[in-house]
Amino acid sequence: MTRKHKAVALISGGLDSLLAVRVMQEQGIEVEGINFYTGFCVEGHTHAIRNHDKDKQKRNNALWVAEQLGIKLHIVDVIEEYKEVLLNPKHGYGANMNPCLDCKIFMVKKAVEWVKENYDDGFDFIITGEVIGQRPMSQRKETMPIISNESGADDILLRPLCAKNLPETKPELEGWVDREKLFGFSGRNRKPQMALAEQYGFKDYATPAGGCCFLTDKKYSDKLVDLWKGRGTREYEMDDIMLLKVGRHIRPKPEFKLIIARDAGESKYLEGYRKQFITLHAVSHNGPLAMIDGDIDSDDFEFVAGIVARYGQGRDAEEVSVEFAMPDQDKKTLKIKPLSTDEVLKEWHV
Amino acid sequence: MSHHELDARRMLCPMPVIKTQNKIKELQDGDILDVICTDPGALSDIPAWARINGHEIVGHREVDDELIITVRVVI
Ligand code: SF4
Repeated sequence: MTRKHKAVALISGGLDSLLAVRVMQEQGIEVEGINFYTGFCVEGHTHAIRNHDKDKQKRNNALWVAEQLGIKLHIVDVIEEYKEVLLNPKHGYGANMNPCLDCKIFMVKKAVEWVKENYDDGFDFIITGEVIGQRPMSQRKETMPIISNESGADDILLRPLCAKNLPETKPELEGWVDREKLFGFSGRNRKPQMALAEQYGFKDYATPAGGCCFLTDKKYSDKLVDLWKGRGTREYEMDDIMLLKVGRHIRPKPEFKLIIARDAGESKYLEGYRKQFITLHAVSHNGPLAMIDGDIDSDDFEFVAGIVARYGQGRDAEEVSVEFAMPDQDKKTLKIKPLSTDEVLKEWHV
Repeated sequence: MSHHELDARRMLCPMPVIKTQNKIKELQDGDILDVICTDPGALSDIPAWARINGHEIVGHREVDDELIITVRVVI
């Protein structure tokens, strides 16, 4: 009796990986999904922070995709290991701080390792939803063999959506899958994928604009670079990644920046950091919570209080009382005049 | 059959899901796990994860600002 062949699929939560798995299922392949959480993934968190995002769907698309397909999904925390990918990408960055090619290689490599660690002989090959020419940096005809080789997956990496444009892989050569029934998609045009989705009856799938993570976002990347510059070292922790998504970031001096909440949800989120950072907020008027990241001299307290007061209801008042809470110290209140809009310089905004 | 608790307070999704998944790997069939979280997103993500992987959601309750999701392990 021939056993069913098994594949592990990289699931990002987007349409392409959804389709890639479905194409395999059509051919009788048993699939399980794996999703890597780098800390920068579009899936998750921010929706928990801002008020206005509350109404948006809160689903995690990787989980949603797995449920649509009826497959298991393993989510793997790769936050620590991913630092090396982001900090020293051998193949460089894309338009922003996204090291897409190194990231792809890393994920396929991790999938290979994960299979080895968790199953003695279960999985026969790996699939991804990659499409040639879909993304300018990582999904080109030249990059496909680089990903296969450098990840160590070699000929057990199959891309069902563009396989016909690529050399045959082991699953095809061995007859586990029928190459004729695979696809030859290429280019940025998404119509073929949409047509296939319709054919399979998939609706409401996610269509992230830039990529699968925040590193493709210019504003986010700028904040990350600013953080490294401010600290004089290219390091980050999970909290830093999160905080880059929260609030307005204002760096009035090289040594420190202010993170000022934009709504009550963000204020509440920042409250969670009170034990680690100096926080401040207006007490005579309604206003946002702000925190200070970096080294601040107490001489600068009045100055930053003036900036923060400018974002509260006391912005036009002659005097606003601002309370500072320092970790492990008594609170301190200062009376200041809020800065005017012009005094909060444009170039301070990160 | 035993009762366990997982502290996922202040973690943002998908971290509570990842922690739940990893914790359940150590548990036995029929064990009960209370996941305590503060990210409301967990209320959709943890049940979705449980459905996919065949575990059972017994229920959830809110205590102050915290959310307690109870999962029964099915292996
Ligand atoms: S967009 Fe982000 S997660 Fe996606 S391949 Fe590029 S670096 Fe990796």
